[in-house]
Amino acid sequence: MDYLTLAITLAKIIFLTFCVVLLLVPVSVYFERRFCAVIQDRVGPNRTGVPLTLFGFKKDCSVLGIGGITQPIADGIKLFLKEDFTPNYVRKAFYWLAPAITLAPSLITACVIPFGSEVSAFGRTERLVIADLDVGPLFVFAIASLSVYGITLAGWSSNSKYSFMGGVRSTAQMISYEISLGLALIPVLLYFGDLNLSRIVEEQSRHGWLLMPLWGHDAAHPLLPKLLFWFPAAVAFLIFTVSIFAETNRMPFDFPECETELVGGYHTEYSSMKFAMFFMGEYAAMVIGSAMIVTVFLGGWSLPFGMDEWVRNLNIGGVGIGGLVHLVVFVAKLVAFILFFILVRWTVPRFRYDQLMKLGWVVFFEAALINVFLAALVVAAPQLGTTIVGIGAVLLIAVTASLIWAARVSDPKTPPLRA
Amino acid sequence: MAVVKLNRPNLGPGEKIYLLALAKGFFITMTHAVKSLLGKSMGAKELKSSGMGVTMQYPEQTWDDQLPAYYRGAPALVTDEQGRERCVSCQLCEFICPPKAIRIVPGEIPADDPWAKVEKRPAEFDIDMIRCIYCGMCEEVCPEQAIFLRKDYVITGLSRAEMVHDKKKLYEIGGVRTGLVNKWNEVK
Repeated sequence: MDYLTLAITLAKIIFLTFCVVLLLVPVSVYFERRFCAVIQDRVGPNRTGVPLTLFGFKKDCSVLGIGGITQPIADGIKLFLKEDFTPNYVRKAFYWLAPAITLAPSLITACVIPFGSEVSAFGRTERLVIADLDVGPLFVFAIASLSVYGITLAGWSSNSKYSFMGGVRSTAQMISYEISLGLALIPVLLYFGDLNLSRIVEEQSRHGWLLMPLWGHDAAHPLLPKLLFWFPAAVAFLIFTVSIFAETNRMPFDFPECETELVGGYHTEYSSMKFAMFFMGEYAAMVIGSAMIVTVFLGGWSLPFGMDEWVRNLNIGGVGIGGLVHLVVFVAKLVAFILFFILVRWTVPRFRYDQLMKLGWVVFFEAALINVFLAALVVAAPQLGTTIVGIGAVLLIAVTASLIWAARVSDPKTPPLRA
Repeated sequence: MAVVKLNRPNLGPGEKIYLLALAKGFFITMTHAVKSLLGKSMGAKELKSSGMGVTMQYPEQTWDDQLPAYYRGAPALVTDEQGRERCVSCQLCEFICPPKAIRIVPGEIPADDPWAKVEKRPAEFDIDMIRCIYCGMCEEVCPEQAIFLRKDYVITGLSRAEMVHDKKKLYEIGGVRTGLVNKWNEVK
């Protein structure tokens, strides 16, 4: 590996991790506060600006003419300047380690997300992805599930009942939803026959997004199978999205920090920058989660209807900037999906804990399993004879029916009434 | 009717699947979002909204003209039509004040004063506005109708000393109040 490659990789790490992912964290915090305010008929933070009067200027100024855009920066400064209090009774080593373990995985997973297509300059072509691994989604799952250790350690080392309960809940929840997360993605991988996220996006750019297969039909990619695959893809999308919600501890599933039951949950005992790291970790996980969904189901950085070819050839002074345009497209999709995350948070009330477990193990696990077989049937149908496909379909329906029957029978008839 | 037995509602298949209910929920929240962006939230007009949601932008807009007559703001001393200090420093308010915010030093009215027969007026009258809880007991207990809770609510200061209202400040806030019972006047 020569020095130039090393320098380019380093530049990509710094730019994509710190200028894109970490920049999206304050952006999503701002949107969270403004959007929830608007939903609740309020105004939200609309006054924070740049305090130029502190530096001797006549007037404070607001960024872009909208007050409040710098609110997350003010929040950050506040958290940074607060007293970093470590209670006497905590397990110090793990207590200090936990916030880092929560934040780091979300930033590491950023390295396989394709943020854009190629940027070419001086005879070199660089993809806008830090590590173009051939095991993209597996890498994301492997690393993202490490963040549960941070939360569990935080809960345990805090040596307080509420924190501990939060930690235990988060462990159970994350492990439960990891299964359906992985299983939901299998149909997609079957369809593309590839685990490299860049190539998956490339394929979607040429032949239609997974959830919008409306262009790029040719002999190898006819329209009918694509439309047939739309149904398993939609089911996979639904299961994957809900599991991401559970995985990132977002609202309908935010049991680890459920205020009404557990005070602050696993970060009850944390203050100042350590709390801020949990906060950042949560939002970074949300950003990476939406990045995964956008990449796999909504065509990543690609523009619909074959506009990519045109974008790809854009260049200014010999520098191919198509990749940067695609980066902007990707970030726009990402922000749109984050807005959806926020809308869900302020719409759906929190589940009860047993409902969450039931949803994970009884509904999503089975649904994802059946979906895998359904997708396999749809993908393999052109190669198989009509008889075999028919037998497969009948078998699948029988298995589905028996699973639903089993779930219904095992369900207690009269749920116990709680006082 | 000692025990009320509650049954769980029987949900239809649509409600059990939950997706329709979710869509309905998104519709409701988005309606609220759009309406509050346009300044057309329910009650925006009655609550004098600033154009976003139902919120009033506080320092620029205030609710002062809507305050009810019984609003309990800062306590203040009043003078009457004849310019007499109503307070006779009986110290009842000082004794009843739950957070002990009031401190009175009684003073004698000199014999050559036209109101000499009232005998006493406060030499010092301090209300510590950090302690005051705006309960209005001082107003209620006052036998002389001398202390009233006014509609002022913006009590600010940069130090603890600034937050103590002395006699001068209290009369400044209170001003002249007419139509009170004037039991100390000469019978005509």
